[in-house]
Amino acid sequence: MNDERPITGAEKDQATRTGEDLRAAALAAAESVPVSVDPPTLFEVQEMELNFGPQHPSTHGVLRLVIRVDGERILETKPDVGYLHRGTEKLFETETYPMGIPHTDRMDYVAAATNNHAFCLTIEKLLAVEIPRRAQLIRVILDELQRLSSHLVWLGTSGLDLGAVTPFWYAFREREQILDFFEEYCGARLTLNCMRIGGLPFDLTAGWVERLMEFVDDLPSRIDDYEQLLTDNRIWKKRTVGIGVISGQECIEWGVTGPVLRASGVEWDLRRAQPYECYDELDFAIPTRVNGDTYDRYIVRVQEMRQSVRILRQCIDLLEPGEFRGKVPRVIKPIAEEVYASIESPKGELGFYCVSNGTNRPYRMHVRPPSFINLQALPRLAKGHLVSDLVALIGTIDIVLGEVDR
Amino acid sequence: MKVLTPTVLTYLKVVTLVAVVPAIVGFVVVLAERRLMGFMQVRLGPNRVGPKGLLQGVADLVKLVTKEDIMPARAERTVFFLAPVLAVIPALTALAVIPFGPAVRIGKIKTPLWVTDVNIGLLFVLAITSIGVYGIILGGWASNNKYSLLGGLRSAAQLVSYEVPMGLALVSVLLLSRSLSMVEIVHRQASLHLWFIFPGLLAFFIYFVSGVAETNRNPFDLPEAESELVSGFNTEYSGVKFAFFFLGEYAAMIVISCVAVTVFLGGWLPPFPHVAALKFLRIVPPFGWFLIKAGLFLFGYIWFRSTFPRYRFDQLMALGWKWLIPTALANIVIVALAILATPGRSNGLFVLSYIFGGLFVVMFLLAKLRQKLARRERLAAIPASAVE
Repeated sequence: MNDERPITGAEKDQATRTGEDLRAAALAAAESVPVSVDPPTLFEVQEMELNFGPQHPSTHGVLRLVIRVDGERILETKPDVGYLHRGTEKLFETETYPMGIPHTDRMDYVAAATNNHAFCLTIEKLLAVEIPRRAQLIRVILDELQRLSSHLVWLGTSGLDLGAVTPFWYAFREREQILDFFEEYCGARLTLNCMRIGGLPFDLTAGWVERLMEFVDDLPSRIDDYEQLLTDNRIWKKRTVGIGVISGQECIEWGVTGPVLRASGVEWDLRRAQPYECYDELDFAIPTRVNGDTYDRYIVRVQEMRQSVRILRQCIDLLEPGEFRGKVPRVIKPIAEEVYASIESPKGELGFYCVSNGTNRPYRMHVRPPSFINLQALPRLAKGHLVSDLVALIGTIDIVLGEVDR
Repeated sequence: MKVLTPTVLTYLKVVTLVAVVPAIVGFVVVLAERRLMGFMQVRLGPNRVGPKGLLQGVADLVKLVTKEDIMPARAERTVFFLAPVLAVIPALTALAVIPFGPAVRIGKIKTPLWVTDVNIGLLFVLAITSIGVYGIILGGWASNNKYSLLGGLRSAAQLVSYEVPMGLALVSVLLLSRSLSMVEIVHRQASLHLWFIFPGLLAFFIYFVSGVAETNRNPFDLPEAESELVSGFNTEYSGVKFAFFFLGEYAAMIVISCVAVTVFLGGWLPPFPHVAALKFLRIVPPFGWFLIKAGLFLFGYIWFRSTFPRYRFDQLMALGWKWLIPTALANIVIVALAILATPGRSNGLFVLSYIFGGLFVVMFLLAKLRQKLARRERLAAIPASAVE
């Protein structure tokens, strides 16, 4: 069981495939993973109802789970969300299009840049505006930095959930550096508000790219450090291998996306399947694993961090002076239409569905939040596992409550 | 000097060795732990209170003592009050039979550095430390909190299971020492010119692992399990009562370390006392040696805590029952055979030491090799251009 399972997918193959190919291949590959069966119980079941959260250190925010347990074995999990609901979707309707961007910062607050990006992409699709190349590249750089920092938060906190305290501090050391880059670029560290409809608010500051290059060169060895602490760690494997197994088919049925889907053997990444910005020019692999357990999700995310490093390098090389903002009218009044645009956020498919009625405010704005939809699979994942595993599972689907509740 | 009769002297030792020293050591250990973990985790650790943060323990104590003492509305009042006491007293009592050093002379008084040398010392330690479990179980139960209850139940199962391999590991030492008296065990190691860690290497590992589990420390800190059970059995405790649980945990760690030092590492003896070339090591007094060795153990505890994730409950039980207990039993047979093979003499023990030592080195190298291969395989699986 502890064998090393190689990630699948030859690169050259991948590069030539289109979204349709991937969709077909994904559906075909999705049926291979076995589903765990509940172990038989020896003794009479004595149920206890346990209120897990909203004030619990391992729910990553204000998630409340009502669980029924027999001893420590989970019979049923009911997520109760909404403690962080701020009516973001309604707020979008009350304000002009550009005023919506800061609201997106507060959804997935550990990955604000990708939220900004998805929002802007939707409005840009509505306006059919051209984004200058430099802006595209910088957007990709910001996205990938954000992916790194989000995965670092995930790595640290999910380690913490399983009692591994030390990786947390190492992961946050690097995350701080990434936040420094954001701070230098846009002044904020968390709620970035770092993209605008049609491009970016600012150009890069002098020396930013050079410093980023230094950091990026350093990063693979840092990732090695985390892996040293966890990947071959016997206890880490015991706690993650075979925990929360979900098949690719089930993932698709639940609508689960992102690293969780890829760890179940489905090679589905919007950066490759529906390329946006300049991702189609970039050379990167989509890490997948076949077992669909917590360990595989861990490996996939760590590999994704390595791929992000690759993308960052390429983007830095491609970067040339130029415009950082496209030609966008001063007052944004798109035609009456409905659009949906989505990107691969660190947690999965983050999409915005916008209904425009020709005024300067959206008539309706709906968000497809990966955290919320991935969270739905938690009861299915947790069934039959122990309370200790529940903690691991909340960590492994990587939710941010700001995005779940909006 | 009529005042200092042997009885009075014993009382004095009781007060210092059993009450004052552990309290001080406890806070020193807590501070050392926090600073060391800070170092291991690329951060500073407490450094604000007093010079270099040395008074952090005092600040913590003041904080804990002055905090409001909360008792949950429907808690079992008597038991709730009794539990922290039960957690701390046995751990401190066990220190009474630990020989910290041979007789010392202070002015005109000559006295050994132990409170009492009971002829069933080791048995006494085992018996008394297992009472400490009640503190945790009852504390968890009396809190009227589901998480605490789960924590208490976990500790009940865990501590009962790990008592067994711990006891069995010590049995194989008894075969070597032929005495249960802690002082005798040290004397025997001196006369054999052999610390029992060498012939008892396997027993030592089993003892140490069980010891970590007994004291609820990482990676076996399941009854507490902050990220799962929100501190488990002590969730509802605050103020002085919490301080008692806290002190109990650290006192138990100190007891486990002291017993390990006495039984396996030759107590107060310097390393290889019979080797002439190492005579210079005697400049450190015997008590100093004891402290150094116990400190090494405590360092191990801290190191574990910052390295390992936590075991899951069922895995912990499996480890205890399926691995440690059979191994400990096999170890008793092996040690017994080695002693029987060479009656009246200790040659068998030396042979055993070499075998265990060799096995240990081989296994260590194998583990390293396996790790390296696994890493290489993993890296080979990543597309070549992704690894720079």
